[in-house]
Amino acid sequence: MITSKFNKESLERYVSSLKFSLYCITHPFDGYWDLTHEKRGSMAAANTILILTLLAKILKLQYTSFIFNAVYWPEVNIVLQLAAILFPLALWCVGNWALTTLFDGKGRLSQVYMATCYGMVPYPLFQFPLIIFSNVVTVDEAEFYTLMSSLSLVLCGLLIFAAMMMIHEFSLSKNVLFTIGTLFAMLVMVFILLLFFSMISQGIAYFISIGREILFRL
Amino acid sequence: MKKWIKKAGALFACAVMIISSSATVSAEVGYTYNYDWWGDVQYSPDAYEVEGVYTAVELGLDKALNNPNGLFVKDDMVYICDTGNNRIIEMKRTGTDIEVVRVIEEFKGAEVNTFAAPKDIAITDDGYMFIADQDNGRILKLTMDLEYVMEFVKPTDANFDQSLSFLPKKIAVDTAGRVYCVATNVNKGLIKYESDGVFSGFVGATPVTYDWKQYIWKRIATKEQRAQMESFVPTEYDNLFMDHEGFIYVCTTNVSEADLNDDKAKPIRRLNLMGADILISNGEWPVIGDIYWGEGGGYEGPSLMIDITAFDNDIYVGLDKVRGRLFAYDDQGRLVFGFGGNGNMDGYFKSPVAIEHQGRDLMVLDALDRSLTIFTPTEFGSLVFDAVEQFQDGDYEASGASWEKVMAMNGNYDLAYIGIGRALLRQEEYHEAMEYFKLKWDEENYSKAFKQYRKEWVEENIGIIFALIALLLVVPLAVGKLKALKHEIDTADIFRDRK
Repeated sequence: MITSKFNKESLERYVSSLKFSLYCITHPFDGYWDLTHEKRGSMAAANTILILTLLAKILKLQYTSFIFNAVYWPEVNIVLQLAAILFPLALWCVGNWALTTLFDGKGRLSQVYMATCYGMVPYPLFQFPLIIFSNVVTVDEAEFYTLMSSLSLVLCGLLIFAAMMMIHEFSLSKNVLFTIGTLFAMLVMVFILLLFFSMISQGIAYFISIGREILFRL
Repeated sequence: MKKWIKKAGALFACAVMIISSSATVSAEVGYTYNYDWWGDVQYSPDAYEVEGVYTAVELGLDKALNNPNGLFVKDDMVYICDTGNNRIIEMKRTGTDIEVVRVIEEFKGAEVNTFAAPKDIAITDDGYMFIADQDNGRILKLTMDLEYVMEFVKPTDANFDQSLSFLPKKIAVDTAGRVYCVATNVNKGLIKYESDGVFSGFVGATPVTYDWKQYIWKRIATKEQRAQMESFVPTEYDNLFMDHEGFIYVCTTNVSEADLNDDKAKPIRRLNLMGADILISNGEWPVIGDIYWGEGGGYEGPSLMIDITAFDNDIYVGLDKVRGRLFAYDDQGRLVFGFGGNGNMDGYFKSPVAIEHQGRDLMVLDALDRSLTIFTPTEFGSLVFDAVEQFQDGDYEASGASWEKVMAMNGNYDLAYIGIGRALLRQEEYHEAMEYFKLKWDEENYSKAFKQYRKEWVEENIGIIFALIALLLVVPLAVGKLKALKHEIDTADIFRDRK
């Protein structure tokens, strides 16, 4: 994460790589190209962005006005809330890397992760001010909130798309194809995971029932 | 030592209280309830309690009621249409006493002077009795002394399908003597007669809506298929009630589950003179009775509203024939309370068919149990009514105080919080009102209060706000100027020599 040696040089590099994420929003193609090819991005910054995103999601739950975000507290599970971002992110990175690496994608797994995190910048960037904003508006002005909120998500999607295109050195059409392919790969992975877990639990249940049976008969 | 015993005793008493209170709660669960913002069932103190259940024995009648269907209340008089026995029972209710005044089996002045399966009765302010004499195919108009005045018969109009027999089921009469009738097999709405007995048309049919899916299907269907499609049945009303303003509440059991889920079915409607539905449905949940239809106890499917009555404070109560429940809604379409059930105990029903109100008391007629159940509001119910009425009268402070009392008796009652909030809102206590609305997720009212609060806040702090804005504008400007000045000084020619 944040570099262990807190010397001035590495701190400067960290700050500049974090600042670079803002440049990427306005110049996605240049930005994401330089991110890996010119080594302008850093893992530390990517992790920071991810943590900020998670933080935004949690704080949004707690502090957004109830007008926009009614939370049924008895059923809120913070682990699930975090997993709602982390799990798809992990699936995306693995799926994307696994697929593109077979078809001349230049990005490595760590680079896919880094670029995706850099693509998520608009979420915390929009959501933190929106949390404050939500508390000073009424339902009549709700349109602004929902517009900005959905804008942040759309922007994230577009940025991640551009990021993948640049780090893999893909053409637009090829990237569209592989984005769809990645989404499909994610579904396949979810399916396999479900299959795996249900089989494991069945297997465990089998041995447990054998154990029980033996205990009953002893 | 003594202290120790005392402590132990107190602890024991506490434990007993906790256990016993939980026991009583579990015994009480399920009679009166409401839905909160999330749609969770919130049990509530009873709003109504049974004052008495009256069968033929209690009323001192010679023979038991047989499939009674119609119930009507006019001031302190109560009328039951004893359909199976072809008679009408007139009763007087004073205080908690109810006694039979007369049993009407025949009248004077017509060709047929008896009833055949009378289904409903209505009494007008000017002293006439209207009776839906179903199997004789007529609606009778009698004086209170049982003199025949006139009758309303099967319309000869081409609008009315002449192949159908005319079976008037439920009637309501307005102040001008116009008769509105629900008849079996008629699905075009209410049959409306002028006071002189002339059929003047149908009122309140469901407007035909344009559905592009149906349009496409009809385009590709064959002629035979199209003919079959048109057999789709519009609305057949089950009952009607004329409220104190002359609007007609109607209810229908002819609803599909899909429509109820989409809030398209509208099992309860309030019709204006044009026959348009003007029922307000601002609640979180549609006006459909139960919102969960879990199977249990042999009952399934949605609530089916068989009858309806409306208090003078615009709270209306629908009667669900499936689970024998009563659902009261306020003028905004929010559930005030639901209670009742099927069973043999007092306050439970077998086959409820009609509901009426007298003042704040409710009466339910049970066709199978052959009984009339009279409910009176409990302290809780009375307080709710007080609060609603005080608010309508513009006495917001008193309304707020009443809602406070309601809240003290039922902390899970959304309407109490919103009621207090609305009272505070009217008293311009915006910030406090916001708290109450926020607790019960009322975005609309919260926004109203917040808008005012925000306005006040801005007006109070206008100086600080302007100062901040000025600061934000001036500081960068000044800094820019200073920097420019510094740059100028640094690069000025006169200082250059010194370097």
